[in-house]
Amino acid sequence: MDLTILWAFIIAFAVAMYVVMDGFDLGIGILFPFFRVGSERDAAMNAVAPVWDGNETWLVLGGGGLMAAFPLAYAIVLPALYAPLIAMLLGLVFRGVAFEFRWRDKNHRRWWDAGFCLGSVVATLMQGITLGALLQGIDVTGRAYSGGWWDWLSPFSLLCGASLLVAYALLGASWLVWRTEGPLHADGRKFVKLLTPATLAAIGLVSAATPFLEGKYYQRWFAWPGLLVTIPMPILFGVSALMLWRTAQKGRDSAPFVWTLAIFALTMTGLGISIWPDVVPGRVSIWQAAAPETSQLFMLAGTLVLVPAILGYTFWAYWVFRGKVGDSGYHAHDH
Amino acid sequence: MRILIGRKTLKRTVSPQETALILARAQFAFTVSFHFIFPAFSIGLASYLAVLEGLWLWTKRRRFLDLYNYWLKIFAVAFAMGVVSGIVMSYQFGTNWSVFSDKAGPIVGPLMAYEVLTAFFLEAGFLGVMLFGRDKVGDKLHFGATAMVAAGTFMSAFWILSVNSWMQTPQGWAVAANGQFVVKGGWLPVIFNPSFPFRLMHTVTAAYLTTALAVGGVGAWHLLKGHKTEAAKTSFSMAMWMAALVAPVQIFLGDMHGLNTLEHQPVKVLAMEGHFENSPNGAPLALFGWPNQDTQHLDYAVTLPKLSSLILKHDLNAPLPGLRSFPRENQPPVAIVFWSFRIMVGLGFAMFGLGLWSLWARWRGKLYDWPWLHRAGVAMGPAGFVAVIAGWVTTETGRQPWVITGLLRTADARSPIAAPAVAGSLAAFATVYFVVFGFGVLYLLRLMSNPPHEGEPEHPREPTRAAGITPAPAQS
Repeated sequence: MDLTILWAFIIAFAVAMYVVMDGFDLGIGILFPFFRVGSERDAAMNAVAPVWDGNETWLVLGGGGLMAAFPLAYAIVLPALYAPLIAMLLGLVFRGVAFEFRWRDKNHRRWWDAGFCLGSVVATLMQGITLGALLQGIDVTGRAYSGGWWDWLSPFSLLCGASLLVAYALLGASWLVWRTEGPLHADGRKFVKLLTPATLAAIGLVSAATPFLEGKYYQRWFAWPGLLVTIPMPILFGVSALMLWRTAQKGRDSAPFVWTLAIFALTMTGLGISIWPDVVPGRVSIWQAAAPETSQLFMLAGTLVLVPAILGYTFWAYWVFRGKVGDSGYHAHDH
Repeated sequence: MRILIGRKTLKRTVSPQETALILARAQFAFTVSFHFIFPAFSIGLASYLAVLEGLWLWTKRRRFLDLYNYWLKIFAVAFAMGVVSGIVMSYQFGTNWSVFSDKAGPIVGPLMAYEVLTAFFLEAGFLGVMLFGRDKVGDKLHFGATAMVAAGTFMSAFWILSVNSWMQTPQGWAVAANGQFVVKGGWLPVIFNPSFPFRLMHTVTAAYLTTALAVGGVGAWHLLKGHKTEAAKTSFSMAMWMAALVAPVQIFLGDMHGLNTLEHQPVKVLAMEGHFENSPNGAPLALFGWPNQDTQHLDYAVTLPKLSSLILKHDLNAPLPGLRSFPRENQPPVAIVFWSFRIMVGLGFAMFGLGLWSLWARWRGKLYDWPWLHRAGVAMGPAGFVAVIAGWVTTETGRQPWVITGLLRTADARSPIAAPAVAGSLAAFATVYFVVFGFGVLYLLRLMSNPPHEGEPEHPREPTRAAGITPAPAQS
């Protein structure tokens, strides 16, 4: 087995874990202004409070892992996406501290709630723009980024940013359907119904635009091994979309979240087909950017032991907080 | 004088590259200093919480649980700030220091990946249970979660200090054809590079002392205010034991760390000591002075003869070279290193002094009664944070002009980012940090200004299931 391919899959796994896990936290942040001040907002916050930090850690693994496994890609991509990445980090600062701060300061709770929402919106928008900027291609000379400081900004990258806002909001709404009850649960269902067609339209638009950016993206779908995915993709996607739509109306509370996850998984697989085997799409392949074998092997030893352990105790932490979140859960002991 | 300085800066034109370099360094210094305050606190606080909860389980004395619940709320706020400011750091290597990331990535990247895998996930995974889960998992498992978070903070220190130490005293590397530094001869020499054991012990002990002084300061404040509760007394007493017993250990560890630095990074130690001249027959110890790097002389020096050689070489007459023997372009900014070192050492001895004073009070049976001791405790409450930052400035600035000692110059390590972009992001970080962490520190102080109560409530917003519903898998 080629270690570089294995590492590409490990990094892709970390990024995918981040997208779905922090996706629903951020989605709740995006929808936050639509929840009624008071018990609804408290319950929405409490639905993710015990797990958000673990979810966000996958972002650190994605970034740190990229530096470790593909240092050249890390060194090229981060300067290329300088402004959006820094905006994303600052958005995550506001989002992260709001979990604690809003309970510490009744007089400014509305401000921290606004920070929670805006932070989530900015972080999501910037993650989508990052994806779009990578897909449209960045200028590389030698071992460094050589483009301008506004190259990342384009109609396509903005489309990707807007699409991710819609998609994370859908994840967040379906999480609320699963984990809350009462009016918030009902709101969640309403949002899932609204956001499902919007997400499907966004995925359609981005997919339709992608082949025009880089011919290779398109060709890869009709070459081995992309064909393996191309053939069942329409069926799988259609079934997932239909099931999401149906379960949004009625059915098990967990179903919309599961089907949203399926849509995310299929979309990310599709992205993988488009860019494989590049780590900087259209510019640098995984083999060109790979760390030497000594580094790959050293990390692999730990990863094979630690990632299953992490998944184990993460699952346990979710299991501890399973079930519906009540709005009566917090005791107002703020002094 | 002012005009002269003005002319000098005018005459010397600063290139755009130099401006961008200065801004990028300022940004790193700013964000890492802000960040470091929170882990320095949470490393110590997590262990303190584990001790408190262990003592509570063991003795079943209510005051330990009260203290646990009291400090847990403070820990939650500090930890959140540590997390968000830490994520910024993990991306800053790439945004502002991409050449460093490319060249050193194969060595420092895996070490940092291990930090994420062994520490960050552990902390984050068990933090939720620690903050909200006591009712759900029971006291013993809850103690396990606290212990895991504490272990995570230590693991985090282990890996990131290994990375930093490798940059200070690199070992076990080779240069690949593409210009990257790669590991040669196994990872153990890289992880356990020469300065690592000393830096790890010195830094972790510093974190424990920092927390102890903060806890002691809060206890002393409430004793002064007349809240002589068991919890306030216990806080103050435990913290003063730490100051009395750990501060001297820390001074000893610092001395060993200094000797190690003299062996591997002599220029840094010479800058700390302000030694410009060569001293063939024993070097004097400069207590104070003004390092003048232009004339390579310590102006207005107050010195004690031969003492520096005694401290550094354990021999009064041992010769010591001066900074003048090293080319100017390989010297760090001496004044910063000289003064930040003095701040750290001065505070270290002040901590020890406070510890001795508390021992005297304890012996006289007046530990909770002497207001001047309590006032000193309050005054020294933030001393650990100042000392930690001063120590960090000493070691990092002392490594200059290198980002990896002897291998890569800081000036050659930065990203191809123009000065306006770096200035813009620095301004954004500064604004956001001052607003967000300003409020955060305010909330911490507000929490601390409440005395620990008997029957101290738990972390005040545990998400629970809706009232009256017994645990069951979620279904519609």
